[in-house]
Amino acid sequence: MTQQLLLYPLLFQLFLSILLMFFWTKIETQKVISIVGSCIAVFLSALLFYEVWNFGTQTVQAANWEAPYGITFVADTLSATLVLLTSIAGLAVSLYSSASVIPARLRFGYFSIYHFLLLGLTGAFLTGDIFNLYVWFEIIIISSFVLITLGGEKAQIEGAVKYFTLNILASIIFLTAIAVLYGLAGSLNMADLAVLVPQLENRRLVEVAAILFLVGFGIKSAVFPLYFWLPASYHTPPSAVAAIFGGLLTKVGVYALIRIFSLIFLKDVFLDEILMVIAVLTLFSGAIGSLVQRNVRKAFSYLIICHIGFMIGGLAMFTKVALTGMVFYLIHDIMVKTNLFMISGLIYRIKGTNNMKYLGDLYDKFPKLSFLMFIPFLSLIGVPPFSGFWPKISLILATLEQKNYILLGAIIFGSLLTLIIIARLWSEVFWKKGEELPVRKHFLYYQKMTNLKKVQFIAPIIMLTGVSLYIGFGAEHIQQLSSRIASELFDNTSYIEAVMPQNK
Amino acid sequence: MKTLILRTASNYLLPILLLFSIFILLRGHYLPGGGFVGGLIASIAFVLHAFANGLKDTKKLLKFHPGFLMPVGLAISFLSGALPVLVFDEPFMTGLWMHDAIPVLGKLGTALFFDIGVYIVVQGVTLTIIFTISESA
Amino acid sequence: MEFLLAIITGLLYAAGLYMMLRRSLVKLIIGLIIISNGANLLIFLLGRITKGHPPIIPKGSEVFTEIYADPVPQALILTAIVISFGLQSFAIILIKRAYQAVKTDDLDEMNTIEEDIR
Repeated sequence: MTQQLLLYPLLFQLFLSILLMFFWTKIETQKVISIVGSCIAVFLSALLFYEVWNFGTQTVQAANWEAPYGITFVADTLSATLVLLTSIAGLAVSLYSSASVIPARLRFGYFSIYHFLLLGLTGAFLTGDIFNLYVWFEIIIISSFVLITLGGEKAQIEGAVKYFTLNILASIIFLTAIAVLYGLAGSLNMADLAVLVPQLENRRLVEVAAILFLVGFGIKSAVFPLYFWLPASYHTPPSAVAAIFGGLLTKVGVYALIRIFSLIFLKDVFLDEILMVIAVLTLFSGAIGSLVQRNVRKAFSYLIICHIGFMIGGLAMFTKVALTGMVFYLIHDIMVKTNLFMISGLIYRIKGTNNMKYLGDLYDKFPKLSFLMFIPFLSLIGVPPFSGFWPKISLILATLEQKNYILLGAIIFGSLLTLIIIARLWSEVFWKKGEELPVRKHFLYYQKMTNLKKVQFIAPIIMLTGVSLYIGFGAEHIQQLSSRIASELFDNTSYIEAVMPQNK
Repeated sequence: MKTLILRTASNYLLPILLLFSIFILLRGHYLPGGGFVGGLIASIAFVLHAFANGLKDTKKLLKFHPGFLMPVGLAISFLSGALPVLVFDEPFMTGLWMHDAIPVLGKLGTALFFDIGVYIVVQGVTLTIIFTISESA
Repeated sequence: MEFLLAIITGLLYAAGLYMMLRRSLVKLIIGLIIISNGANLLIFLLGRITKGHPPIIPKGSEVFTEIYADPVPQALILTAIVISFGLQSFAIILIKRAYQAVKTDDLDEMNTIEEDIR
């Protein structure tokens, strides 16, 4: 096997987006390139995952500069898993957007920007350098700005202004945190920082840096007091874009939090308590916010926030069991949230609206499709054999171990409200007798699509549902994977040794 | 802004600025300069021309949409960065250098092509931004 | 020098935040630009300022013998400037479009509740 396999998923996404730029005006060619390319990307990421699973953490020193000086790319099990999930979600959304995004939007380089977004995500998961992480974050937000504004409708622009402002503010805070950390430790390599930061004497300033990182990544991952940009903007772009945003963008923030707080700023009572409070409040506010929404996609947006709370809670407890639950939840959440927004797009295409007031009797008219949509809902709630159930066991076990009954209560409350929200959504959208809506002109209804387009619409949903089912029924494998990731996160020496072998 | 002096001067300044930008680009490896600055100077040349003669004339001079420069430049940079990965199984962006120096230019390496790519991309991006803003204004 | 820069950095952050809290869109963008300049200056400041010693190894020796300025902060600042160049040009186009779409630059009026977008 070649040494550079680690970079292939990254370079391939870059290659795809450059290639797509050459076909700027030819939309049909772009669709084919994007779908075929995404399949190859899945293959490359699977190869990387196989390599990491069998032979341990892989590293590449970019341009052959040795570890603390150059930029390092690291693929430990967590990174490799997330890269694989990114490429799977990427394939699904690429297929989905080829049918659901209208040509007027595709003409402005939609697919090229989309693959830039995937490039940024892959890079953020693979990099081992904190400033490089900042650069990947910027690539992510720049391409997400373009995707969220593409089309330029009034509501989209309004949502984009809020999204734009808070995300830039988050990156500036992140940059400030890097400045403070560099001033303290004099290094940017995460593994090197993991060695240097615990030895620093100026603990106060270290805590300030940690809080700055927490705020910066907190805005990006939409935790409690910082989430307001998310429900204000996620319902505005096309549902394909919302799917990739909802599935992956907030999870990058969570990933960054996991990395920073498992590697650089280790156990600290003050930080743990802050994270705990944030987790509880995020669970509460997301769940209650979702309860009052009448728009399907807004309800899903608040559910994203609610479920971020599970992961932050797992991080706050920082025991092996809790981390296992957190990682499992992360894996499950990426697949389900991407799927949910694609489903909301499908509902929109069938009825021409996403407002629960006007929706209804989907189950009566489309029983098979409704059954298909039912499965991701079950996984989301966490009904026993489905994927959302298993991580919650680990999380609840961890809270019982620590006798942390407040977090336990919040977790149960969050799950219960998710159940209520989905039950209400089911009765409103699928069971209720719906109104006859006026038929919209110039609107492509699902019923009127060609069969090929219908397949393009349904296939990604079936695919992600299948992955979710595998996560649920093959929970043994995922649990094994998560506990391996958790033990790697719990003991960071293997990461440091992989990056800097001379440091043994 | 269409004064005679500026218009006449910009006709002479355009080639001089372009030459200067290439000089800055090639100087970049050991001295201050490089692809980014060079690209900015080159785009300033075209912006100045557009100031003096109007956007239409500059577009006629360019003959193609500046946005096309972006994928070309990116492709050059990408290839020079990925060449070591694909051919020699070395890490991304490892500098590959020729053994013998070429007269006048000196030693050639992948870093030069990376910088040329950056030069083209920066030109493409800046010109696209400025043309779009001034067109819709 | 450090003292002066520290005060300027603080002023830039304060001014940027103040501008961001205004209701006008244009002032919001100006605030973002100012605050990102403040962040760049902070990197420069915290990277330790060393006057008159460029990080160039003198002829004839293999390693640094004297104290030298750290080149990393400057590389970081340059990267951050290039990124913010792109972001700012996007921001300016965005507020222009927003002004055309909403016909106001008051942020309070950008809250139309719309229900049906793809």
